[in-house]
Amino acid sequence: MLADRTYSRGDAPPPQAIADIVNRSRLRVADFVPWVVALASFFLFPRSLSLGTEVLVAVLFVLSIDLVVGYAGIVTLGHGAFFGLGAYCAGVLAVNGFGDPILGLMLAAVLAGVAGLVSGAIILRAQGLTLMMFTLGTLLMLEEAANRAGRLTGGSDGLSDMVVKPLLGIWDWDFFGRTGYCYCLVVLLFGFIVVRTIVMSPFGRSLRGIRENAARMEAIGAPVRRRLIVVYAISAALAGTAGAVNAEVHQFVALNVLSFEFSASGLIMLILAGPGRLYGAFIGPPIYIIASHQLAVLDPTYWVFWLGVVLIAVVMFGRGGILGIADNLIAWSRAGRKKRAP
Amino acid sequence: MSIAIGILLNGLASAMILYIIAVGLSVTMGIMRFINLAHCVFAMAGGYLAAYLIQGAGIPFAFAIVLAAILVALLSIPIERLLYAPLYAASELEQALFSIGVMFVAVAIARYFFGPAPLSFTVPEALRGQIDLGSVMPAYRILLIVVGFVVFAALWTLVETTSIGRKLRATVENRRVAEVVGIRCDRLMLLTFALGTGLAALGGALGAEIMPIRPNYAFDQLNYVLIVVAVGGMGTLTGPFLAALLLGIADTACKYFLPEVGAFFIFGAMVAILLWRPQGLLGRA
Repeated sequence: MLADRTYSRGDAPPPQAIADIVNRSRLRVADFVPWVVALASFFLFPRSLSLGTEVLVAVLFVLSIDLVVGYAGIVTLGHGAFFGLGAYCAGVLAVNGFGDPILGLMLAAVLAGVAGLVSGAIILRAQGLTLMMFTLGTLLMLEEAANRAGRLTGGSDGLSDMVVKPLLGIWDWDFFGRTGYCYCLVVLLFGFIVVRTIVMSPFGRSLRGIRENAARMEAIGAPVRRRLIVVYAISAALAGTAGAVNAEVHQFVALNVLSFEFSASGLIMLILAGPGRLYGAFIGPPIYIIASHQLAVLDPTYWVFWLGVVLIAVVMFGRGGILGIADNLIAWSRAGRKKRAP
Repeated sequence: MSIAIGILLNGLASAMILYIIAVGLSVTMGIMRFINLAHCVFAMAGGYLAAYLIQGAGIPFAFAIVLAAILVALLSIPIERLLYAPLYAASELEQALFSIGVMFVAVAIARYFFGPAPLSFTVPEALRGQIDLGSVMPAYRILLIVVGFVVFAALWTLVETTSIGRKLRATVENRRVAEVVGIRCDRLMLLTFALGTGLAALGGALGAEIMPIRPNYAFDQLNYVLIVVAVGGMGTLTGPFLAALLLGIADTACKYFLPEVGAFFIFGAMVAILLWRPQGLLGRA
């Protein structure tokens, strides 16, 4: 479309292009679907709310990973470090009498965000394997530290004496997890708004540019490293929020949130649905978590095997994950329609 | 004094096993630029295969280990051609996730065929004695140290003096120019991959006493092997050797003198060294 005219300096951009940019961030009907589904699930599946909560927490976690990995192109093997940091922060606060969930949430987000800022400033000069090793190394250091600091963190038994006060002083934590589910949903909504705002902004576009070609972005004047550090810190704060919410709802923090397997599962959930897409984080976790609950109960070895096979298949054939395949199908059907209607 | 020697020798033994496993990864990563987190899968395969050959087929220890290494190397050729080669141009994320997928499949297969318990390792008759070198050490550990140095010397000779070694170094340094000059890089990469996985299998089988062979092996040892490669510098032979020495001895010393700190020191040291030299101690910038 842009190619079938010649432009000279001083021409206004074509009206279609302006309309595209203005309408890009407008809400469409499809944007409400995940929230309707989440609310409906609350009423339709009252006995599966703990599973639902697990999915909601995972969605927030994977959203934070998508921000750094999918949009900014920083491959991190250790994002669970911030999840765990947030979880233990909320946990330790709750154990020591500061059990208000919202307070714990905010402090955890701040702590994780600061940790992201500091570690990002240090490690984001590196690329490739070195960067991966930094992220993995920080994760492992944190895991080892949490393991050793048993008095503070409960060590390998986990942190279990959490006393979390009722939400906003009104809603108590019930056995079915109703309060927990709604709490997670609201927190997820806020987190999503943050991510969407970033992604739709010029800052977000520059991140994609950095992912595609950092040297070129540097050449046109974008402060690459600063942007990467900022997005890393924001993503860390989001991951920490997810960790804190998880800890508060379960009133327990397990050491495995700091394991490599946990961070890897976050990456897997992301790539299943397609990184660099706003809604990838909504599709991957439900599929992964529900499948793992069904299959791992049957036979854990079976689950691990098929997970590995699916992962290999997705990387080799399904570039862009489920959303990528959906995109291709839509484009293919559109091309078919164009051919049929001359 | 005898404690110091004991720590040194024990650290050296673990270091040599780590080196034998890691050197293959370092060279393949340097030449293929492929983030292969599943390298330890081949080490595990070597361990299981050697155990099967010794216990199932009654083959003597030394032959079994060498045979296992050769078999794994041969097996890795079709794996490289079918699975790895199509992904050389893929992004780092995809390569990392692919190799994690391979690790999962390997864990499942190992658990299915061999069960979740670690393999019991019996040192062969001839090597059950002890040697006193200022500290009393099991003879087997001394063997590990000797084998490690022999492997290092052999690799060094291969890379520095033979024509294949020259071609390897050229490809690691600048693959495009190497291809222009007429070096068959894809064949070289295949050969390197097979050599690397064969060495990993050798290390896995030899080191089964220190690093127990169990289905989760690839995940257990991933951290240490990656640290050796990253700290030593990808694409070099001597880098991982140096890094493995430092890591093995420091880790053993730490566990002895500062058990509360544990592995924390190792990871912290890795981050510190990489901050100082991101390309690794002996890597190319």
